[in-house]
Amino acid sequence: MDEALLRSLTPSVLTILVRRGADFAAAEDAVQEALVEAVRVWPAEQPRDPKGWLVTVAWRKFLDGARADTARRRREGLVDEEPAPGPAPAVDDTLQLYFLCAHPSLTPSSAVALTLRAVGGLTTRQIAQAYLVPEATMAQRISRAKRTVSGVRFDRPGDVATVLRVLYLVFNEGYSGDVDLAAEAIRLTRQLAAQVDHPEVAGLLALMLLHHARRAARTAPDGSLVPLAEQDRGRWDTGSIAEGVAILQAALARDRLGEFQAQAAIAALHADAPTAEETDWVQIVEWYDELARLTDSPVVRLNRAVAVGEADGPRAGLAALAALDDALPRHTAVAAYLHERDGDLTTAARLYAEAARKAPDLAERDHLTRQAARLNARRSR
Amino acid sequence: MAKYLLLKHYRGAPAAVNDVPMDQWKPEEISAHMQYMQDFADRLEGTGEFVDGQALAPEGAWVRYDGEGRPPVTDGPFAETKDLIAGWMVIDVDSYERAVELAGELSAAPGAGGKPIHEWLEVRPFLGAAPCITE
Repeated sequence: MDEALLRSLTPSVLTILVRRGADFAAAEDAVQEALVEAVRVWPAEQPRDPKGWLVTVAWRKFLDGARADTARRRREGLVDEEPAPGPAPAVDDTLQLYFLCAHPSLTPSSAVALTLRAVGGLTTRQIAQAYLVPEATMAQRISRAKRTVSGVRFDRPGDVATVLRVLYLVFNEGYSGDVDLAAEAIRLTRQLAAQVDHPEVAGLLALMLLHHARRAARTAPDGSLVPLAEQDRGRWDTGSIAEGVAILQAALARDRLGEFQAQAAIAALHADAPTAEETDWVQIVEWYDELARLTDSPVVRLNRAVAVGEADGPRAGLAALAALDDALPRHTAVAAYLHERDGDLTTAARLYAEAARKAPDLAERDHLTRQAARLNARRSR
Repeated sequence: MAKYLLLKHYRGAPAAVNDVPMDQWKPEEISAHMQYMQDFADRLEGTGEFVDGQALAPEGAWVRYDGEGRPPVTDGPFAETKDLIAGWMVIDVDSYERAVELAGELSAAPGAGGKPIHEWLEVRPFLGAAPCITE
């Protein structure tokens, strides 16, 4: 039973149903039912034309649904006038589906859930598990999302930037439950990149590959964070890094820089360095300057201060940091790190402890607490 | 897309505006209060924001390890000084502002005289385990 195949076919099957006149919400339900049917039937005998099989079954489910629903008689009439389903068209126009699921009328969490289900082919249960919410809640979130976009015309191109934002959110959610959302985000971005020729799509795909390549080294067996400088670079996935770098270089060559390409360039410079000491921090600072110009994001300026600290020394980093609002997330953690590099261990230990109290997630809090404890133990010796 | 805990206290929170103990309410006022809470939870499930909610009994004890081979110590006679959690609701919302908005709605549950209690609810973000993408 090839679940990956099943998932990869989902968006095109859904698109075919919508093209044939099914409304989006009903088509989406029908496709989910067809997927469930496939999971049941395929292990015994996988059809020779899996996509054609899914289209046929999903279309039948849709018709059953439309007929059973007496309140929808009008659409039933419409359906009966449609020609009988023929073979599935070879042209893949699922791009519209990406735009629809990332529609600006949706909240970020709804857009993410709808994308994972309609484009990604995940079941509601899998999505609920991945986001640690009850299945009933996720089912409601998805059906509300479907209702929200049901009036949206399917034939208009949307904004690629909104799609990229949604895929980036999926990627950042990482891993919980039985679905690896980072891997799923990469798969969906790959599909998108195959359909739309846009340097920022390539930039996001490169960024994801470069980050994902380092995932195994980023946490210790006990789950604690391993900072970049201490990571075992032998555990980085060199295949993913090479692919990410190649995709990025091709994108950059087109000279239409965007924030994902700039972020990917920074990730590539980290991934390229054989040791932490050999990292090209000067070039990284330059990329952060580009990124700051493109996004004007305070988080970017904070990261830039870290890079300046590495390129020009901790004093320069602290000077860059002083220009930023100290209420920024991770500001205190960065200050702690730079003070430590500067040799002021007392201040660093105090700031690490303070940063731990403000940390937004568990792994980071524990990491910062350990840093404070390490410095305190050294001082009291 | 962040989870928040809404905490309701028996004791330990600042006094509510409509601060009448529940045993002084009319039975139908208690029913109205319970119904409000249930409707609130149902509505959040409908919006895809509900994660969990439970009520807790007021009886609780502090418990502590008392050394090898001994039974744990419990706090005994000083229970009345403790802060007490009455129950919780976990929500999964798009922003902190939304979490505060919902806590405000929950705090408006009707109490004595059918008027909102204006009780203080505690709103606490969950510490997730989100991987850090910037390094």
